[in-house]
Amino acid sequence: MILRAAATTEQVGDPAINIAIFGAFVLVTLVIVFRASRNNKTAADYYAAGRSFTGPQNGTAIAGDYLSAASFLGIAGAIAINGYDGFLYSIGFLVAWLVALLLVAELLRNTGRFTMADVLSFRLRQRPVRMAAALATLMVVFFYLLAQMAGAGGLVALLLGIDSTAGQGVVIAVVGALMILYVLVGGMKGTTWVQIVKAVLLIAGALVMSIWVMAKFGFNLSALLQGAIDAGGEGGEALIEPGKQYGISALTRIDFISLALALVLGTAGLPHVLMRFYTVPSAKEARRSVVWAIWLIGAFYLFTLVLGYGAGALVGPETIRSAPGGVNSAAPLLAFELGGVLLLGFISAVAFATILAVVAGLTITAAASFAHDIYANVIKRGEVNPDGEVRVARITVVVIGILAIFGGIFAQGQNIAFLVALAFAVAASANLPTIIYSLFWRRFNTSGALWSMYGGLISCIVLIAFSPVVSGKVDPVTGASLSMIKDTNVDFAIFPLSNPGIISIPLAFLLGIVGTLLSKERPDVEKFAEMEVRSLTGAGAEKATVH
Amino acid sequence: MSEVLEPAETDYQRVQRSQEFQDLRRRFRTFVFPMTAFFLIWYFAYVLLAAYAHDFMSIRVAGNITVGLLFGLAQFVSTFAITMIYANWANKKQDAVADRLREHIETGEVR
Repeated sequence: MILRAAATTEQVGDPAINIAIFGAFVLVTLVIVFRASRNNKTAADYYAAGRSFTGPQNGTAIAGDYLSAASFLGIAGAIAINGYDGFLYSIGFLVAWLVALLLVAELLRNTGRFTMADVLSFRLRQRPVRMAAALATLMVVFFYLLAQMAGAGGLVALLLGIDSTAGQGVVIAVVGALMILYVLVGGMKGTTWVQIVKAVLLIAGALVMSIWVMAKFGFNLSALLQGAIDAGGEGGEALIEPGKQYGISALTRIDFISLALALVLGTAGLPHVLMRFYTVPSAKEARRSVVWAIWLIGAFYLFTLVLGYGAGALVGPETIRSAPGGVNSAAPLLAFELGGVLLLGFISAVAFATILAVVAGLTITAAASFAHDIYANVIKRGEVNPDGEVRVARITVVVIGILAIFGGIFAQGQNIAFLVALAFAVAASANLPTIIYSLFWRRFNTSGALWSMYGGLISCIVLIAFSPVVSGKVDPVTGASLSMIKDTNVDFAIFPLSNPGIISIPLAFLLGIVGTLLSKERPDVEKFAEMEVRSLTGAGAEKATVH
Repeated sequence: MSEVLEPAETDYQRVQRSQEFQDLRRRFRTFVFPMTAFFLIWYFAYVLLAAYAHDFMSIRVAGNITVGLLFGLAQFVSTFAITMIYANWANKKQDAVADRLREHIETGEVR
């Protein structure tokens, strides 16, 4: 039964058409990137696009950065398979933006220059805090990159009919090489334009598909849900009720709460999202960016709800599960069911573009963090000319690109929404407490920042390493391993939850307080006054560069 | 009055002490903190219901539309609403004050 389903979906669509549409996207964006790169002169140009984007432009680019392959493929797949429980991802990912809007975006824009560490080290001891913040940034980027590249592998299998690991590896390498080119040439300006183009295509594509699905069910949401229930076969009713994935035991329920916590507190600590606020000229534009981003992202998640149930109803969970890309192939399979080869080609090109653009955004963040924080400020103690710093950033781009390619080949077959949730857990534990404390708590000091950042980071990583994500999780039906280590004999999972947030996030907040109170270091009142006044008024904030 | 204070006080400290800045800061915090508390409580109320009140969340309101689905969609509505309320409030109440203070600092006319 499963074999037959796999046979019918093995060759979905026409690889030539998929490649042609994707090629067109690459061509158009490359032209844009080269045009945008003509004004890349200073560090502010390279890292922050000369701070020349408008709120709506940056808001669209934020949506492009945020609506990764995990959102599109992962959430649609999770809703198709697990029904209502998949919806939590959308809600957590969206509500999280309120933390960014109310507490972080504007204040950060007013006090920082290029990276998250600029703000965190503003009134604390520069070098240790920058080092910690840069390490946390690189770790979040690592998990996020892994998720994107895992998505790329699955997509390749489904769309290009390439089943061999070597063949998929080649395609991932091509995607990685293209991304390196974008970031090297285009810097933040080029990357931002790629995000904008991609966000418009992705949201438009999801809108068209949602209307199409709804039209098939007479624009009646209840009828669509009935379709998903019917296609779900025995126990299909559970798809519209909570608990199909997380309601199995007391432990899975705690896992659900842990995930919810990481999702809602993670966004405002994601370094590649924070860095986007520097590409606009003022705090007011940063606010407008977030407002635009919230509307676009919210609308998109409403579409994925329809797409997820639509894929469940029209394609069927069995077919999705046994397709080459697994859960992540729900949205492309739905596109094929609706609009045949052409719509599949369009949607898959958009999904590829999504991965490309998000990976580019992550890469420039990691490069900025390494060059600006670690190289220029920690190693060279600020004694470096901006050209040298940008050159180091460019070298870092190449190194990270190559690492991402290898990571992508290694991480194939993982559920990507889930890998992204881990990145959110690291961001929420290692970054958010220190961001909040340094903006709002006068007494906060270097020791508190280091305790909180390293405590959050290390507890998060250790808990993940000893969780069922890495080893020891076995599918009760098939006996196959569901962990990263595929050998079912290896089992060192002593921490029972898949998402560490419920432990590591409160712990990091607590360590920030403990570390601060245990240290005799007196807060720098002058710097605190400067930071507080600047954060609320925008005085002395970095201006847009004019060319 | 100012002679009594430390002579090394910076411009930023003078602004920080000023009534206008203190009001700006107080207005910001009395808006943002309760609003944050509100949406976090509202979000976790939803999460806890979804985790532990399966029967309640599975009640069919109309056809296959469950209480849980409506609750989830209500999270979208409240997020959009808070976004617009905050943006309007900040545009109207805060921006003019912040701009005036910034001009004072940048032109060196700190009171």
